[in-house]
Amino acid sequence: MNVGAIKAIYRFEMARWFRTVLQSIASPVISTSLYFVVFGAAIGSRFTDIDGVGYGSFIVPGLIMLMLLTQSIANASFGIYFPKFTGTIYEVLSAPVSYLEIVIGYVGAAATKSIVLGLIILATAWLFVPVYILHPFVMVLFLLLTAATFSLLGFIIGIWADGFEKLQLVPLLIITPLTFLGGTFYSIGMLPPFWQKVTLFNPVVYLVSGFRWSFYGISDVGFGVSLLMTFVFLGLCLAVIAWIFKTGYRLKT
Amino acid sequence: MQPIISVQQLSKTYAPRNAGGQPFQALKDVSLDIRKGEIFALLGPNGAGKTTLISVICGIVTPTSGAVVADGFDIQKQFRQARDRIGLVPQELTTDQFESVWNTVSFSRGLWGKPANPALIEKILRDLSLWDKKDNRIRTLSGGMKRRVMIAKALSHEPQILFLDEPTAGVDVELRQDMWNLVRKLRAEGTTIILTTHYIQEAEEMADRIGVISKGSLILVEDKAILMRKLGKKQLSIHLHDALDSVPEALATHKLTLGANGTELVFTYDSQADRTGITRLLQDVSAAGIRYNDLATKQSSLEEIFVSLVRNDSNGAKP
Repeated sequence: MNVGAIKAIYRFEMARWFRTVLQSIASPVISTSLYFVVFGAAIGSRFTDIDGVGYGSFIVPGLIMLMLLTQSIANASFGIYFPKFTGTIYEVLSAPVSYLEIVIGYVGAAATKSIVLGLIILATAWLFVPVYILHPFVMVLFLLLTAATFSLLGFIIGIWADGFEKLQLVPLLIITPLTFLGGTFYSIGMLPPFWQKVTLFNPVVYLVSGFRWSFYGISDVGFGVSLLMTFVFLGLCLAVIAWIFKTGYRLKT
Repeated sequence: MQPIISVQQLSKTYAPRNAGGQPFQALKDVSLDIRKGEIFALLGPNGAGKTTLISVICGIVTPTSGAVVADGFDIQKQFRQARDRIGLVPQELTTDQFESVWNTVSFSRGLWGKPANPALIEKILRDLSLWDKKDNRIRTLSGGMKRRVMIAKALSHEPQILFLDEPTAGVDVELRQDMWNLVRKLRAEGTTIILTTHYIQEAEEMADRIGVISKGSLILVEDKAILMRKLGKKQLSIHLHDALDSVPEALATHKLTLGANGTELVFTYDSQADRTGITRLLQDVSAAGIRYNDLATKQSSLEEIFVSLVRNDSNGAKP
């Protein structure tokens, strides 16, 4: 394995992030703080506790998940799309690097960035509402799995996109609505029975639910099911990436 | 001697770009051996297949059929070993605009899995007159400087084989001379260099061997000197004292042409032949009472040979 190449890609991507670190961190921290102000303090103060957890605390895992998903996709898709756009991808394709090493480098860097942001969001949440973590190892596992899975999805979007519009299309039109409808701000038990069933087709429900369980021990679906669905989604992303590299889809002619 | 690159019956057909479009065959059954340590110039008009050939060898484009072996390693089955030996300077100035020169060159070395070697990077940057720009972001550099950065990136992993795709396109005369000197220096150090160029003068100046590609087919590969001797014409011009209306009947056997408004007789001959016919011609000219005041000889340039080859190929004639 060309470990040197993985390190080079990883460092290069992280360096790109550090160049704009203030805006990379400030933007999600400010928007999350606003969520806490609006949903936690202004509106949330009128809500009753959900399963014994205050509303402000209840939304913390969902907000971290929301940020983790969107940032993983944004970082990974841009990371691979930009060299395609500028043409510098020629160097990666002509280097003695396997596809697996390319994925580890780019996806590893994207996942790292979103995990760091997730932890910053968690620290920010502590400033606003009481937060406790009942199952820290499970929390870290979900954090890692979700960051890796959605960074892989971002990588796929970055390869598929042939313009900046497409790069934004999937996150804006699919991921953000799915996240908002995935129980970030509510328990799906609060929905009518029909919509509860429909919601179960939303993969984000399982991520948010499992992640919330790691914090407060409460969940909409069983922890085991959440973990299984996360692995299924990870497997799907890996299968698509394997196909992309086997066929050279949008990378090689 | 075993070739350092062996291209065997390589073909590449691009799929249609849109529904209803036609597939495009960019390479047709190309076979080529590159000798270790030589400078090989690949000439061809726009769209002839030069860049596609280079891109296949470097792993950027997947061939439709055929094989390429680099230093004994199949470029697809043993891509790590093959690519480890190859450096590429592409035609387009594709650089990371926001990175510094030092970082982007170091990144290239890392991508090839080589350990950090600041001393080597410094030497490369100094050789390319980039040392004082090492901390500059690439977007602040001129086009010529960016071209040097591309070369520095390719050299950073110490390739044995270097592909230069139009290395001097759009660079000024001084930089072109610098590039040529660099290429000669690299060759002296044992690097095999394959370059494509639109500047025939460049190939004439530097190449050991020439390959001409046209419409995806390699129509000729030859030592430059032999090519110029075989296909190059040598002409003797006789500058006349008095202008003629036509070539005199007494000189008809010499197949002369009349030029420069009748003040020049032009004789085409083979300089390698035992008898060039020059002595006999001059005797006949004197015998015909034609006075002349100067003689000049001219060898046709590689450019003239190239244009003639490509034109013949377009007309379906053999070179």
